[in-house]
Amino acid sequence: MELWELGAWDIAHKVRAKEVSAQEVLESHLARISEIEPGLCAFLEVLEAEARIAASRVDAKIAGGEDPGILAGVPCAIKDNMNIKGTACTCGSKMLDGYISPYTATAIKRMSREGAVVTGKTNLDEFAMGSSTESSAYMVTRNPWDPDRVPGGSSGGSAAAVAAGLSTVALGSDTGGSIRQPASFTGIVGLKPTYGRVSRYGLVAFASSLDQIGPFGRDVRDVALLLEAISGLDTADSTSVERPVVPWSKRLERPLKGLRAGVPKELLGLSVDDGVRDAFYRALSHLADMGAVIEETSLPALRYALDAYYVIAPAEASSNLSRFDGVRYGLSTRGKALDDMYHATRAQGFGPEVRRRIMLGTFALSAGYYDAYYLRAAKTRTLIRRDFDEAFKVYDVLLSPATPTVAFRAGEESGDPMTKYLADAMTVSANLAGIPALSVPCGFARPSDAGLTGRDLPCGLQIMGKPFDEETVLAIGYAVEASVREEMEEKSGRMRRNLLLSKECERVD
Amino acid sequence: MTERAYDMTIGLEVHVELLTGSKMFCRCSTRFGDPPNTNVCPVCTGLPGALPVPNHEAVKLGLRAALGLGARINLRSGFDRKNYFYPDLPKGYQITQYRTPLAEDGFIEISEPPKRIRIQRIHLEEDTGKSIHAGDDITTAEYTLLDFNRCGVPLIEIVSEPDMSSPEEARQYLERLQRVLRFAGVSDVKMEEGSMRVDCNISVKPRGTAVSGKPVEIKNLSSFRAVVRALSYEFQRQARLLEEGKTVVRETRHWDEAKESTYPLRTKGSSQDYRYLPEPDLPDLVLEESFVEEVKRDMPRLPAEIVAYYTEKLGLPEYDAEVLTLDPNLSRFFDDCVERGADPKTAANWIMGDIMGYMNRQGLTYEKIPLSTENLVEMLGLLKSGVISGKIAKDVLVKVIETGKTPSEIVKEEGLTQVSDEGELLSIIQEVISANPGPVQDVKNGKEKAIGFLVGQVMKATRGRANPAKVNIMLKEKILS
Repeated sequence: MELWELGAWDIAHKVRAKEVSAQEVLESHLARISEIEPGLCAFLEVLEAEARIAASRVDAKIAGGEDPGILAGVPCAIKDNMNIKGTACTCGSKMLDGYISPYTATAIKRMSREGAVVTGKTNLDEFAMGSSTESSAYMVTRNPWDPDRVPGGSSGGSAAAVAAGLSTVALGSDTGGSIRQPASFTGIVGLKPTYGRVSRYGLVAFASSLDQIGPFGRDVRDVALLLEAISGLDTADSTSVERPVVPWSKRLERPLKGLRAGVPKELLGLSVDDGVRDAFYRALSHLADMGAVIEETSLPALRYALDAYYVIAPAEASSNLSRFDGVRYGLSTRGKALDDMYHATRAQGFGPEVRRRIMLGTFALSAGYYDAYYLRAAKTRTLIRRDFDEAFKVYDVLLSPATPTVAFRAGEESGDPMTKYLADAMTVSANLAGIPALSVPCGFARPSDAGLTGRDLPCGLQIMGKPFDEETVLAIGYAVEASVREEMEEKSGRMRRNLLLSKECERVD
Repeated sequence: MTERAYDMTIGLEVHVELLTGSKMFCRCSTRFGDPPNTNVCPVCTGLPGALPVPNHEAVKLGLRAALGLGARINLRSGFDRKNYFYPDLPKGYQITQYRTPLAEDGFIEISEPPKRIRIQRIHLEEDTGKSIHAGDDITTAEYTLLDFNRCGVPLIEIVSEPDMSSPEEARQYLERLQRVLRFAGVSDVKMEEGSMRVDCNISVKPRGTAVSGKPVEIKNLSSFRAVVRALSYEFQRQARLLEEGKTVVRETRHWDEAKESTYPLRTKGSSQDYRYLPEPDLPDLVLEESFVEEVKRDMPRLPAEIVAYYTEKLGLPEYDAEVLTLDPNLSRFFDDCVERGADPKTAANWIMGDIMGYMNRQGLTYEKIPLSTENLVEMLGLLKSGVISGKIAKDVLVKVIETGKTPSEIVKEEGLTQVSDEGELLSIIQEVISANPGPVQDVKNGKEKAIGFLVGQVMKATRGRANPAKVNIMLKEKILS
């Protein structure tokens, strides 16, 4: 077995036990990157030199008898909307072309302190707006399971890198499903923690009240381990919350007997592909076999979640993205007068999806429309929260498919924006309610557009939990994972070993 | 022109910089006058990914202001974003309090005419950076430089109700407001340095009509004098428009100090839409009752309380008490003198008379009272014990201020000790009597007033050092006996 095939849990243990060095682990990954990356396009930048320094530091710590941390020597890729001092942070946008950040995000600082080795910055939909990573201004990332398909988004680069074995774990950000949906599309595990669990300081804001940084890994334990490293109160983020950081990675095995899980019918009522539905029900019956009580339930306000999300998220985005004005950093296009500079800079710097959302949000906040749109959406959000509160009085967790379909073909998304917004229906309510939600692979499904020769693709199950109860969410994820472990390991192992992406993908510099 | 047939309604929006060491949402210094762009960080320059954290000291000072203005504190208030594009606003929005301010319903009492000016709201917000246009004229500037040192400095905005009906009332309101904020230690409130900024809203309507006029906002006012002038100008301009049957346009106008007139700011189409939005990066500002109590307890004494103390406990006339509470330094100076044993009324007289007179002539501010309380109290002691005369004391005071020496040193060096020795005085009195037979005769004839002239002559001959009371008695004895 190659070192790049190991999980974070194993790497950290082997490095701490001096069985392998952090530098050996890193070199294995860098070699893997140079082999696969040209055809995968997961990384906007590989931070080779920086990673080598970080790995040698971990080794030096171990040699000096110091504690190297719980992620000793674990390679980690970072979505390129998080700041690392001295490196570029493009957010997948022309707007931030050439921008070098003067500071490091709290989550990355914490992770590095625990011995993680940052290997590079990964591709994303421009400013994290999208669900295919195709709206990146720089390149289109491929899905390692099928290079003609998208890895999901917006954290598609991070998901593809982990799925393909270019990185052991990765950080993504999730505003309406941007971690869970790509995790589902690429057959890996992704967690959106409770709002406030992980500091947002250094994450370029899309929609501040919904954004949350979270971990990707190839199994639940790795995700739990990375969560341990990045969680906790940060005085630089006023919305971060003081809650004890639990050793989640050691609390995964837990009897499911008597555990109550609800399945909101409002989510299953959505158009879910048959194959995905089948995989979801198979996972449910496994859970039931292990003693969980599973019932259909109703959270009526979820019917309006997508509508509320597509008002609140663009409204906040329109304000958050105002700072990209060409005055201080990033792209600046000259104009005759001040307004001309603003117009030219923003017209050139932002792609069509970002412009569309800025316009939607600007409209929703305008005088005369605020009450009908923003305020109404905010009230709907309160109703959704209330429905979750009620449901969690009865159930420990709520379950749904993570996505209505498996990964779709590249280029499909460019059509009607409404169709693609609908694909977020499963995931947005967890962001609106601020609750933790995990996507864990639950099996494989045949894409509806696959035809006769089509391959089965992975799909995920979503587990939503009570605020700050990541412990239960992860434990159930672990149980789901166990039920499909053999099939997953066999298929994904084969996928990685046989991965051959002959065609180089196009990159825009 | 029949101006008198029109009434004006004035409301003021006052921005005040708080006296905190660091900014509203980051830890950068608020120091004034540092080299441009040296007190900046990712937060106050709006770099992507940076987040605001409220400054508790600013909240405390905001509370003090609210308490000083008798306002009702909102234990739960919130922050909002005011969105607009401008180069000195790095985030593209200003964090302010729009939906629920820190405090509401305060007031300021003015005295002429006695009137209560209501304060609608007091809220916290952050300052913008500073745009420095090449050549100072925004319309012709070739380029503009930006300094973000001021960006993020904590402000409170104090919005009055439209309760003022003359420029003079506006001036009184501002003076009283300034005084309260200074005493409360909230701000140094200097219009010249921009730590106090005033925007005026004024509307004009024909007297006796119920219709309210359209409000016009005036900006760029850099002194109280400018406020008064601009309001007077604007009243006349609007009254003239109404007189001519024209309508007043609701707009923002700039005060041109040099031309003594207002002109409209460039407006593009419809009015600015700030698209206010609850600030998602900041939770509601929730104040514990105990915290408010603590701020109340630590509240410095305010002018009204001090005036009451001066009049009731120290027996000063109302007028004296008001003058001494024009400024916290001045009242502290007075308090210190009294504490050092000076008679309150005498100390008040000297401070309000000779000292403030000297300061006015020299153009000094209350921050720099030019002598120590020790020296003033020592001089009052010399005067009281008869070592120096009142006339000499005036000279001694000036010399103390100008040389920094103590009053005793000056009296000793210049031989200014009062002459009370009867032998020495007698010979001078004799000379004066023989040199002024006319007035002497008047005194003999019962013209009491003539004695003053003779006393003056004796004072002159002793260069003011004679004890005038003693001279008076001795002269009368000499002439009438």
